[in-house]
Amino acid sequence: MRRYLTFLGDCFRLSLVGDWRYHAWMTALTGVALGGLYAYCHQLVHGLVTTGMTDQVSWGMYIANFTYLVGLAAAAAMLVIPVYVYRNLHLHDVVIFGELLAVSVILMCLLFVTVDLGRPDRFHHLLLRFNFPMSMLTWDVIALNGYLLLNLHICGYLIYCAYCGRKPTRAFYIPFVFVAIAWAVSIHTVTAFLYVGLGGRPFWNSAIIAPRFLASAFAAGPAFIILTLQVVRHFTRHKVSNNALFTLRRIVQVALLINVFLLLCEVFTEFYADTRHVASAQYLFLGLHGHHALVPWIWTAVAMNLVATTLFMLPASRALNTLNVACVLTIVAIWIEKGMGLIIPAFVPSPLGEIVEYQPTLHETLICLGIWAFGLLVYTILVRVSVPVLAGDVTYARRRSTHPRADAAGPAAHGAAALNNAPTP
Amino acid sequence: MPGDDSHPAPGGTPDGGVPVSRRGFLAQGAAATAGLAALAAAMSPLRHLKDGDLPSAEEFLQKHYHEMTPADKERALNRIREQVRRRHGVTPTVSDPPPMDGVEFVYGLNISRCIGCRKCVHACVAENNLSRAPEIQYIRVLEMEKGSIDVESANHHYDSDQVPRPDKWYMPVQCHQCADPPCVKVCPVGATWQEPDGITVIDYDWCIGCRYCEAACPYWARRFNFAEPTIPPGQLNPHIAYLSNRPRQKGVMEKCTFCLHRTRVGRLPACVEVCPTGSRKFGNVLDPNSEVHFILKHKRVFVLKADVGTLPRFFYYFDERGSRYHEPIAPGPESGPLPEGA
Repeated sequence: MRRYLTFLGDCFRLSLVGDWRYHAWMTALTGVALGGLYAYCHQLVHGLVTTGMTDQVSWGMYIANFTYLVGLAAAAAMLVIPVYVYRNLHLHDVVIFGELLAVSVILMCLLFVTVDLGRPDRFHHLLLRFNFPMSMLTWDVIALNGYLLLNLHICGYLIYCAYCGRKPTRAFYIPFVFVAIAWAVSIHTVTAFLYVGLGGRPFWNSAIIAPRFLASAFAAGPAFIILTLQVVRHFTRHKVSNNALFTLRRIVQVALLINVFLLLCEVFTEFYADTRHVASAQYLFLGLHGHHALVPWIWTAVAMNLVATTLFMLPASRALNTLNVACVLTIVAIWIEKGMGLIIPAFVPSPLGEIVEYQPTLHETLICLGIWAFGLLVYTILVRVSVPVLAGDVTYARRRSTHPRADAAGPAAHGAAALNNAPTP
Repeated sequence: MPGDDSHPAPGGTPDGGVPVSRRGFLAQGAAATAGLAALAAAMSPLRHLKDGDLPSAEEFLQKHYHEMTPADKERALNRIREQVRRRHGVTPTVSDPPPMDGVEFVYGLNISRCIGCRKCVHACVAENNLSRAPEIQYIRVLEMEKGSIDVESANHHYDSDQVPRPDKWYMPVQCHQCADPPCVKVCPVGATWQEPDGITVIDYDWCIGCRYCEAACPYWARRFNFAEPTIPPGQLNPHIAYLSNRPRQKGVMEKCTFCLHRTRVGRLPACVEVCPTGSRKFGNVLDPNSEVHFILKHKRVFVLKADVGTLPRFFYYFDERGSRYHEPIAPGPESGPLPEGA
């Protein structure tokens, strides 16, 4: 127990130590996060009227970002499957960064749902009267929190073992790894079912939503990880082989192809049949009765998707610069497609045929940016702490030997020692 | 930069024994202070919170409607009475009328007669203490194109001084009190449910404001309080009930309750009472002598969006004879007698 507390203490100290770039980055993120908190406090006082949402379009940017981020959390599964199922060793050393990403992203998801609530002060009602299994939202609460706990356990256990300088016992984490793989698929499926289950919203009421969701998640997640790993490689001395990146590239290739194919299936079904069903899709892709707020967005997303898919298929994307461009395109394209492109059109036209467009407000945007900054902050800290610990620079044994009077000595010095071993730009 | 001063020189051996220097300590203190100040600034809008914005301990601990004992319920009603008196300056009568045995309410709307005057909309607003700003209305009257029942071609914002307009017909939509309500199914906290008399209600004190029910409703019957609802002084209807027209709070859902505070004690809903054309019919479908029973049995009846399968208790019907479309009120000499069965 004492050892565990020392571990937490050391992690905390490590998170405060870094060079000026680290501090500048963290300060900037903190600033944006506080900006979001400021806007949220406004929203608490005045209500959701500070957002662009209306009775017609009753979900907006919050739920759009939430939906996208659930997809991003898949990144972990896409690293875990090759390593633990197919014994791909290239990815073995980087799998933990996927899991840490899942932890931070799920935290962001939970925040996005919380800021969307009209009465966050009644959050405990969820515990007192949980409409399970009828409400898909309760399924999502279980799926997301379960995924968070699974990943926290896996990373926490591995990092703590490294801190204690002992080999992890397989029985304590391998079963959880496999449960987490299935669970990763479940968070997407359940989140998709949240929308698919609504008979009154034809745009969502389609069986293809869940598979599309998975395909786009398995493209955007690993694309994000490809970028992250290069950042980790650049700023720490953690070794990330190019082979690891290229394994992920193959995953994104396949996922993007499936995603584009499913998009084609959906567009064909909607537009060729041309039933009343098509109104929302028409609003999204072509505009409806002179309203076309989303049209430029979705075509940007489609174009980016196509360019990214082409780039990923070409051998050119074995060059890191091209690969990075393709990754950025994928991430942004899917953010548009799985965020605003999936949520907003379902509300336009309204069930009574009224067309009210949605325009996010400044407050709403600040809150979204704040949550993104907070998520990046958490992820940076997690990576910052785990790299030296996993490398064996910060261990309990070392701490005991350098500090016989553990808590009396200067606390930061130890972290600094670890850091000085760490950066290798 | 906290801890910077105790860094050993790069490349040097880590030396844990260096104590924190004064400068380092001051820098850490300044950083911590700046951080706290920024946090305080970020949270500063909270100072605008008013007394009523935060739940009192009693409200916070209040149980779900279904779990309240009679004593709990009494306390809740007293609290509501007190709050309304403080905020609106009138002492209301607060009740919680239970559903009656052997009663299932249904609603019939005669589209042959409705002229789209929107009197129902405004009577509903006044009766149910709906927010005037931001404006909330439970009833939406659609001006439909002749020959179409497609809501997408409907006009929601026609001028009700000009009605009825030629070649238009009017279709008011409100909560259909479905027998298989999707809004109830999706609520994560069970804050909304269907009562034995068929009315779907909301416990405004239990709703967490996630708006999933609003997304689920195929009839766009639910409304959210995006801001603190306002009712001008003197316009509050003081006869209020827990599950229907008591003043709502910011951040919760609300919806039509068939005026249960009236209908459960034998009166008609406000929209029925005010309708100048007699287009609106309401009653107990289980009573074979009721008007709605007769309508369902003998009239040409349909439900809106039958394809979504939610089994509405709100029926539209039309007259075979006596419609404003078929028989002019004062038939001119040139119009011959209508053939039988027109």
